[in-house]
Amino acid sequence: MLSSNTFVDPGKMKDYHYTGPVEHRFSPYSFNGGTVLAVAGEDFAIVASDTRLSEGYSIHSRDSPKCYKLTDTTVIGCSGFHGDCLTLTKIIDARLKMYKHSNNKTMTSGAIAAMLSTILYGRRFFPYYVYNIIGGLDEHGKGAVYSFDPVGSYQRDTYKAGGSASAMLQPLLDNQIGFKNMEGVQHVPLTKDKAVQLVKDVFISAAERDVYTGDALRVCIVTKEGISEQTVPLRKD
Amino acid sequence: MALSNVLQAPAAGFNFDHAARNAEFEALFDGQVPKPVKTGTTIAGVVFKDGVVLGADTRATSSEVVADKMCTKIHYIAPNIYCCGAGTAADTEKTTELLSSNLTIFSLNSGRNPRVVMAVNILQEMLYRYHGQIGASLILGGVDCTGNHLYTVGLYGSVNTMPYLAMGSGDLAALGILEDGYKPDLELDKAKELVRTAIHAGIMNDLASGNNIDICVITREGADYIRPYQVSEYKDKRKTKYKYGAGTTAVLTEKVVPVKLEVVEETVQRNGYSLICDAVTP
Repeated sequence: MLSSNTFVDPGKMKDYHYTGPVEHRFSPYSFNGGTVLAVAGEDFAIVASDTRLSEGYSIHSRDSPKCYKLTDTTVIGCSGFHGDCLTLTKIIDARLKMYKHSNNKTMTSGAIAAMLSTILYGRRFFPYYVYNIIGGLDEHGKGAVYSFDPVGSYQRDTYKAGGSASAMLQPLLDNQIGFKNMEGVQHVPLTKDKAVQLVKDVFISAAERDVYTGDALRVCIVTKEGISEQTVPLRKD
Repeated sequence: MALSNVLQAPAAGFNFDHAARNAEFEALFDGQVPKPVKTGTTIAGVVFKDGVVLGADTRATSSEVVADKMCTKIHYIAPNIYCCGAGTAADTEKTTELLSSNLTIFSLNSGRNPRVVMAVNILQEMLYRYHGQIGASLILGGVDCTGNHLYTVGLYGSVNTMPYLAMGSGDLAALGILEDGYKPDLELDKAKELVRTAIHAGIMNDLASGNNIDICVITREGADYIRPYQVSEYKDKRKTKYKYGAGTTAVLTEKVVPVKLEVVEETVQRNGYSLICDAVTP
């Protein structure tokens, strides 16, 4: 870019000689795209993600889901830098096993969330470039969603979208699940089927306008019976 | 006296009038200068036996958001010359409009159809003068008295001519198809299919290209602009209708102002209107 001090004296040619130490930059991160979404209901939780893995304007894979099953009652969705997503999920799996062997019980969703927060903050000065959302059932069997930032700040939510199309999905969820910005509408509690349909519709919309979201949608539904999965095709272009 | 820019010749050398203003803009926006809409495109052209086929996708992106799902990337230059544009949307639009105006003035002054080489030279001159600051990469195709022509003009003013070309962010994907499938003296159907497959490859493999495919066939007889040639196979499959009843947005105050009208003239059109409509739509 032209800066004002270069053009002020147009008669002077730029000097072609070594000006001193030159900084070269290698970035340890890269953005691999992807969107994740989690919704908590009365007795269920849904974690959904698209399956496109991209870099720049190219596609690495059309079948790389971002939901990872942690326990029978918890699923985590990770989007951002794929290398860090893979390593982070391996670390969480290892810590879950250690907990099971020491305490003779499976970690609850709340405990996993608290642990993840510490793991992420442990790398405060070279963070995991991952946007996490945990969805599952709490100790009382109610749906729970925990959303994180890359360095470990988290809170329990009813619904949350993360990843590249999060800014497009979140307002729609605020309106349809949180009933925000609406008057005189009955606050009907969300049923499992309605929630799944809403999630599918919302991702179809996101795929229309976000280039990093598409190919297919993987929906994981967590209930006390277990975790069921559904795959829905999305735009491939 | 052929071109509009002859009346007021542009100043010699590079124009740095806006450099100080641009530098201040960057400071105002804290480095996050608003990004222009880029077409992030796949465009391609092929010369066949009787003329030229041009093709383009229809997606315009603004960083990673799709700004327009049905934008026009094949621009009219003259009845026998069309131009596909990749790069900054405003730049391709305005550059091709300027070119089209200049060639129309030339046609009127000389009584001749413009030749493709003239269009190429005007574009090259203008883009070189702006030293790449105008972000327009163009593929020009046309048929004139000297034959069938296909040229590409790059950002900085470079010109190439080849029987098959592709530009934009999806150019490598499209070029793979063109390199494999191109043969000299193709028939019209084979040429259209080749260009369609090339653009389709760009759409599937490039994130910044997508949606529908437009094709323009130019022959001695004239131009056949088929928009869209192929509609995207990905249709809106949403099940639920998201509609809001009246009053969902809170009504705070209501003021009704009746507008006083006086009937001055009344005309009733029935069959005549629909006949006119049919003649206009292709």
